Amino acid sequence: MNSADITSLSPFIILTVTSVIVMVAIAFHRSHTLTVALTLAGLALAAVSIPCASAVAPRQITSLFLIDRYALYYIGLILTASFAVSALSYSYLETQIGHHEEFSLLLLLATLGCIVLPAASHFATFFLGIEILSVSLYAMTAYLRHSNKSIEAGVKYLILAAVSSSFILFGMALIYAKTGSMEFREVALRVPGGAVHGLAFLTGTGMILVGLGFKLALVPFHLWTPDVYEGAPAPVTAFIATASKGAVFALVLRYFGMIDIHAYPSLLLIITAVAIASMFAGNLLALLQTNMKRILAYSSISHLGYLLVTVLATGEAAATAAAFYLTAYFITTLGAFGVVTALSRRDGDAESMREYEGLAWRRPWLAGVFTAMLFSLAGIPLTAGFVGKFYVVAAGAGSALWLAVIVLAINSVIGLFYYLRIVAALYTRSNEEAAPAGISCLDSAVLAGLTILLLAFGTYPGPLIDIIKNAMPF
Amino acid sequence: MILLWLIVIPLLGGLAAWLLDRKKSEATRWISLAALSVDAILLILFWPAAPSPFATSHGAWLIELNTSWIPQLGISLHLAVDGLSLTLIALTLFLGIVSVLCSWTEIRERVGFFHLNLLWILSGILGVFMALDLFLFYFFWELMLVPMYFLINIWGHENRVYASYKFFIFTQAGGLLMLLSIIGLYFIHGRETGVYTFDYALLLGTALSSKAAFWIMLGFLIAFIVKLPVVPFHPWLPDAHTEAPTAGSVVLAGLLLKTGAYGLLRFVLPLFPAAAASIGPVMLVLAVIGIIYGAVLAFAQTDLKRLVAYTSVSHMGFVLLGVFAMTAPSLSGAVMQMVAHGISTGALFIIVGMLQERMHTRNMDRMGGLWSSAPRLAGAGLVFALASLGLPGFGNFVAEFLVLVGSFPAHRIITAAAATGLVLAAIYSLWIVQRAFHGAAKGGTTLRDLTARETGMMAILIIAILWLGLYPHSVIKTTEPALKSISSFLSPQVEAGSGGGK
Repeated sequence: MNSADITSLSPFIILTVTSVIVMVAIAFHRSHTLTVALTLAGLALAAVSIPCASAVAPRQITSLFLIDRYALYYIGLILTASFAVSALSYSYLETQIGHHEEFSLLLLLATLGCIVLPAASHFATFFLGIEILSVSLYAMTAYLRHSNKSIEAGVKYLILAAVSSSFILFGMALIYAKTGSMEFREVALRVPGGAVHGLAFLTGTGMILVGLGFKLALVPFHLWTPDVYEGAPAPVTAFIATASKGAVFALVLRYFGMIDIHAYPSLLLIITAVAIASMFAGNLLALLQTNMKRILAYSSISHLGYLLVTVLATGEAAATAAAFYLTAYFITTLGAFGVVTALSRRDGDAESMREYEGLAWRRPWLAGVFTAMLFSLAGIPLTAGFVGKFYVVAAGAGSALWLAVIVLAINSVIGLFYYLRIVAALYTRSNEEAAPAGISCLDSAVLAGLTILLLAFGTYPGPLIDIIKNAMPF
Repeated sequence: MILLWLIVIPLLGGLAAWLLDRKKSEATRWISLAALSVDAILLILFWPAAPSPFATSHGAWLIELNTSWIPQLGISLHLAVDGLSLTLIALTLFLGIVSVLCSWTEIRERVGFFHLNLLWILSGILGVFMALDLFLFYFFWELMLVPMYFLINIWGHENRVYASYKFFIFTQAGGLLMLLSIIGLYFIHGRETGVYTFDYALLLGTALSSKAAFWIMLGFLIAFIVKLPVVPFHPWLPDAHTEAPTAGSVVLAGLLLKTGAYGLLRFVLPLFPAAAASIGPVMLVLAVIGIIYGAVLAFAQTDLKRLVAYTSVSHMGFVLLGVFAMTAPSLSGAVMQMVAHGISTGALFIIVGMLQERMHTRNMDRMGGLWSSAPRLAGAGLVFALASLGLPGFGNFVAEFLVLVGSFPAHRIITAAAATGLVLAAIYSLWIVQRAFHGAAKGGTTLRDLTARETGMMAILIIAILWLGLYPHSVIKTTEPALKSISSFLSPQVEAGSGGGK
C-alpha cells in the first residue's frame, strides 16, 4: 500500500481516528460540548480530505475498496449529512435527560459504516459496511432510554435489520456458489447473463434485493419505517432517512450497474413493480397520517420509489439524475427533520399536527424553512426537489420508461394533498399561543445553510450538475 | 436585460415589502405600488424604443434576452416579447397596480406577506408571458401557483382552504402533464437532430409523427385548458374565485386565466399545427358548451362573486372559440377578449369586493337599492355589467364580434350557437344590475359611497375599457404581427381544414 492509497483512504482513516479520540475524550472528561465539537471537527476534516483523495482517484485498494470519484461524491454527501445531524442533535439532546456523549460516538461509527458502502467493491466490505451501520443505528434509535417508543423502535429496527442482513448474506452465498468470487467485478465477468447460471444467480440477486429493500424501505419491505421513524429521536430519524438510505442506494447503483441489471428482464420487472408500489403505497398511506414523523416516513417511501426509476433507466442521464435527486432529497429531508428537531422538547418530539398550526405567525422563519422543504418534497420550482424530480422524469423518459414516468407524475399530484395539508396548517390563522423559547444558534445555522443550498440548487443547478457529471463513471 | 428587470423588480419589491412589514405596515403597500410602477415606467420607456410594434415584420421579437442557465440540460434563460406578449405584460402591470390599490383597506392582516405573494404571482405571470424556453416557461408556470395558493388559503373567505387545495391540485395536475409533454418533445427533438434543447425557437421545427404530435400536444392542451378553463376542467374556478380575496380574484380572472389562452396561442398552435387542427372541432364544441353552460350557471347564482366567476367561464369560451377557429379576425378577437375580459371582470370583482367590505355579504338577496345610497358605486357596477354583456362601445363587444365574424365562415352552426351566449350574457348582466343596485334598499342601512381612492381606481378601469371599445385598433395593431406569425405556422392546415373556402 503506497502513499496514494493512504491519501485516497483518508476520509475513512480520519473518521476512524476521530471515533477513537472521541471515545478517549469521553473516558477522561465528560462534556457534551467538547464531544460534539470533536465530532464536528472530525467530520469536517474528513470532508475536506475528499478533494485530496479525489486527486489520486480512481484507486482500487486491495480487492475490497474502489475509491473513485463516484464513491467520493457520495462519501462527501454522507459526511455533510452527518455533520448536519450531529449539529442538530446537540441542542436536541441537551433538553433530554441522561448522558449524551456516546451519541456522537455512535453517529461517527454509523457514518463510517455508511461511507464504506459507496466505496465497496467486494461482498465483504458490502456486508461489513451494512453491519457497522445497522449496529450503530440500533443503539441510536433506542438512545432515549426513558422513552418506551424509542426502545420499541430500536427493537423493531434490530429484528428487521437482522432479518435483512441474513437475506443479504444468503444471497451473497448463492452468488458466490455460482461464480466463485466475491468481488463485484469478477462476479460481473463470470455471469454473462446466460441461462446456465440463471436460477441460483437470480435467486441470490433477488435475496440481496430483498435485504437492500428493507434498508431502503421499499414496498413491500417498508412496514418498519413509520414505527421506527416515529419512535427514534428526530435527529436519528433524519440520519436513517438520509445517510443510511443514500449510502445503500449508492451501493445499489454501483452493484446493479456492474452486473448490468438490464440483461435480466425479470429483475427489471420486479424493480419496476417495487418502484410503482412504493410510490403509490407511500403517497396513499401518507394521506391517512396525522403524525408528522409518520407522514415524512411515508413520504420517504414514495421518494425512494421515484429514485428507483433511475435504476431502471440507462446511461449517463440516469446516474446523474440519481445523484442529483439524492442530493436534493438529503437537503430536503434533513431540513424537514431539522425543523421537527428544533421544535421538539423534553416531553416528546414535535409530532402532532397541532404543534404546527399557525407556526408561520409564531415563528415565521422556521415556518418559511419548513414550507420550502415541503415544496421541495412536492417538487415545486425554485427548490432543488423540483430540479431533481425533473431530472428523474427526464432520465425515465429518455429510456422510454413511460409507465414509471406517468405513475411518478400521478403520484406527484397525490403527494401534493398531504404536503399542502401541512403547509395549510402552518399558515392557519387560529392557533396563536405565546411564542415558545427560541431555537438554538446551531440549529438556526444548519437550517439556514440547508435552505440556502435548497434554493441555490433549485435556481442555479449548473455547478452541481458539473460536479456530479465529473464524478459519474462514464 | 430590461425583460429580466421586469421580472426581478416585483420579486425584490415583494421581499422588501415583507421585510418592512415588521416595522411599518403601511409602507408595504407603497413599496408594492412603487415596484409595480417602476415596472410600468420601464415598459412605457421601452415601448417607443422598440422598433415600433406597429411596423414589425412578423416573426421577429421586439426584444430578446438569451443567456445560458443550465447548459448541461440545454436550458437557457431565453426571454423575448412580441406584440402579443407586450400587450399582456401591459395588462399584467395595469391589473397588478389595480390589485394593490383594491387591497388597500381590505387586507389588514399580515400585510407584508400578502404583498410578497401578490408581487410574486405577478412576477410568475410576467415570466410566463416572456419565456421562450420550455423549461423556463414551466418554471414560471409553477412559480405563480404557490403564492396564489397562499393568497387564497390565508386571506380568502369562509371556505378558503378547500378552494385553495382544489385550485392547486387541478392546475398542478395539468402542469405535470405539460411537463411530460415538454420532456417528450425534448427527447424527440434531441434524437432527431442531436441537439438537446428546450429552446422554443429550435423546437418549433421539430418533425413529429402525427401520433407523437397528438399525444404531446394533448399534454400542453390539457394544462392550458384547465387554466383557461374549458368546461369539463372548470370546477376549480368558481371556488377559487369566490373564496379568494379581491386582489386574488382580480389576478385570477384577469391574468391567470389569460396564461392558459396565451399558452394555446404561443405553444399549442405553432408547435403542433396539424394536431391542433385535428382536435379543433372538439375544442370548438367545448367552447360553445362553455359559453352557454357558464352563462346559464351564472344566472342560477345568488352569490354575486360566484356569479361573476361563472361569467368568466362563459367569456373564456369565446377565447377558445377564437383560438381554434384559427382565422385572422378570430385570433385578434380572442386576444381582444383576453384584454377586455381582464379589465371588465377584474373591475366587477373589485365592485363585489367593495360591496362585501361594506355589507359583509355577497348574497344578492340581501342587496338592492344601492343606487340611492351609493350612486357612484352602482354607476360603476352598471358600466361593467354592460361591458360584460357586450354592449357596443366597450372592449368586450369588439372582441366577441371579431371572434364571431372570424369563426362564422367555416363553422356556421357553432358560431350561431355561441352567439346565443350574448343573449344569455345580457340576461345575467341586467340581472345583477336589477337585483343588486335597483329596487328597494334592504336592511335599511345606507352605504358609504366610493372613496377618492376607489373612485380613481374605477375611473381608470372605465377609461381603459372604453379605450378598448372605441379604439380597439391599438391592441389589434400591436398584436397583429405576432398573430400573423402564429398563423403562418397554421396556414396549410387552415386552408385544408376550410376545404379551400377562400
